[in-house]
Amino acid sequence: MRIEPLGDSALLVRVVEDYGRDPEKALDAVLGAFGQLQAVGIPGVIELAPAYATVGVFFDPARIGLDALRTEIEDALQELEPARPRPGTGSTIEVPVCYENEFAPDLREVAWNAGLPVEEVVQRHSSAMYRVTSVGFTPGFPYLSGLPAALATPRRSSPRKEIPAGAVGIGGMQTGIYPRKSPGGWNIIGRTPLSLFEVKREPPALLRAGDRVRFRRITREEFEKASA
Amino acid sequence: MNVLVRSAGFLTTVQDLGRIGFRQSGVSLGGALDSHAMRVANALVGNQNDAAGLEVTLGKLRLRFEDTRMVAWCGGAFTARIGEENLPPGHTGFVAKDQELTMIAPQTGARAWLAISDGIDVPPVLGSRSTDLRGNFGGYQGRALRDGDALPLGRSKKLPSRKRTVSEWSAPAIWATTARVRAVLRIVRGADWNRFLSRAHTSLLTRSFAVTAASDRMGARLDGPPLDRMDTSDLLSEAVAPGTLQVPPNGEPILLLGDCQTIGGYPKIAHVITADLSIAAQLCPGHQVRFHEISLMEAQSLLRQREEDFARFCVGLSLHFP
Repeated sequence: MRIEPLGDSALLVRVVEDYGRDPEKALDAVLGAFGQLQAVGIPGVIELAPAYATVGVFFDPARIGLDALRTEIEDALQELEPARPRPGTGSTIEVPVCYENEFAPDLREVAWNAGLPVEEVVQRHSSAMYRVTSVGFTPGFPYLSGLPAALATPRRSSPRKEIPAGAVGIGGMQTGIYPRKSPGGWNIIGRTPLSLFEVKREPPALLRAGDRVRFRRITREEFEKASA
Repeated sequence: MNVLVRSAGFLTTVQDLGRIGFRQSGVSLGGALDSHAMRVANALVGNQNDAAGLEVTLGKLRLRFEDTRMVAWCGGAFTARIGEENLPPGHTGFVAKDQELTMIAPQTGARAWLAISDGIDVPPVLGSRSTDLRGNFGGYQGRALRDGDALPLGRSKKLPSRKRTVSEWSAPAIWATTARVRAVLRIVRGADWNRFLSRAHTSLLTRSFAVTAASDRMGARLDGPPLDRMDTSDLLSEAVAPGTLQVPPNGEPILLLGDCQTIGGYPKIAHVITADLSIAAQLCPGHQVRFHEISLMEAQSLLRQREEDFARFCVGLSLHFP
């Protein structure tokens, strides 16, 4: 574990150095540290932001100095068992996705890139098990690991100005879901009728780091019924 | 009671000190880009620090009041008037019922923060009244103000007695007027400093950078000598913060501001110190900016000193309020 400053009012706890070697285990360790820091509640800490190998710690320098905070964090994480999952996460969430043409402008491109028939791409995308590695970019946007290697597709060379809410995309080795209408560069292969972010919901984001996700293929009729 | 928006200007939004606790859901901090200016303006009208006010971008704002209120503003070199009378930055002004407050385009700088006594009483969303323009929530109906809007104000408390429209008391000029013609921002090294070539370090610390038109509340995009890296390996996304100076592969740095995304994968060469975000929030396309390196210890002690000064300022002000 390494603690590095992120400017004068935040720092980054690098929980694992070699995330790529065993991402599953690394993510468990990061979420374990996140849960532990949340439970301890160090005075002067304002909020925490986990992502991949790190936990961002935002603090008020008028209330706690960097060195004191560093010590507090080290103490809090000392007794942490490696890879203890955060309580309340790791639940599996099923996300219905319609892969029909009108929702999937880049499905052919992904299939061509993979050298697979479109049907096979849909089959593989909707049978894999994914994990939320972080939530960011826009409110509620989940970055999912676990994309079958054959489906990895580079981001579009020029991003689209507008991608609809619920669009399911592939960007490199990752897949994700656009919670709201926004610009974006990922390859869009389907759409979910689920709402990924609601300010009135507690918590507002449907998916949290550590959650497991499975996509279930639905028909156009099911999509329309669910969005009505 | 309401304040009526006769002219909403270029971009005016309801902001407070930001939305805290939802970064893990991907929700930006947001809030006033210069949260210190918002706090000072709030203190000048007897509000709590975190009362909601207005962030005024490039002026052309005209407000009409339905009841008597105190107002105060800090930020760029705007011209503000209550009726015909000039309201300088960092002073408290009294606006009578049916009177108008106008803010005219700044000579220097881009933004100002306007506090109104007892605050703008829009419903908090995720614990804040700030407008999230990308997410379209918070603030006034999740959007920038438009001509004809009526902003609800908090129930008015007793106003201090007064003889004149503009107060004798004022905030320190360094807090009230933050725009600089030639901005110098103090920085501390970022986690990825060593990933950059030494000529990138030299460029960053000696050359000036121009703010480009693609700048907004998320960040100021800078044009200057490219800041080249030693390697081009991809980095894992991790937390970023307002003040982070990140460098995409094209070598042109982006200075992140209050509405920045919560995580990012571009290398972080440096961070503008929190105390200088007030100056950063005034950057406007065409402006030039330079960077000056200080130690993390210095950055923290500057911030602690400002907190102490602000606490003393609030105690002093409280003598004027009932």
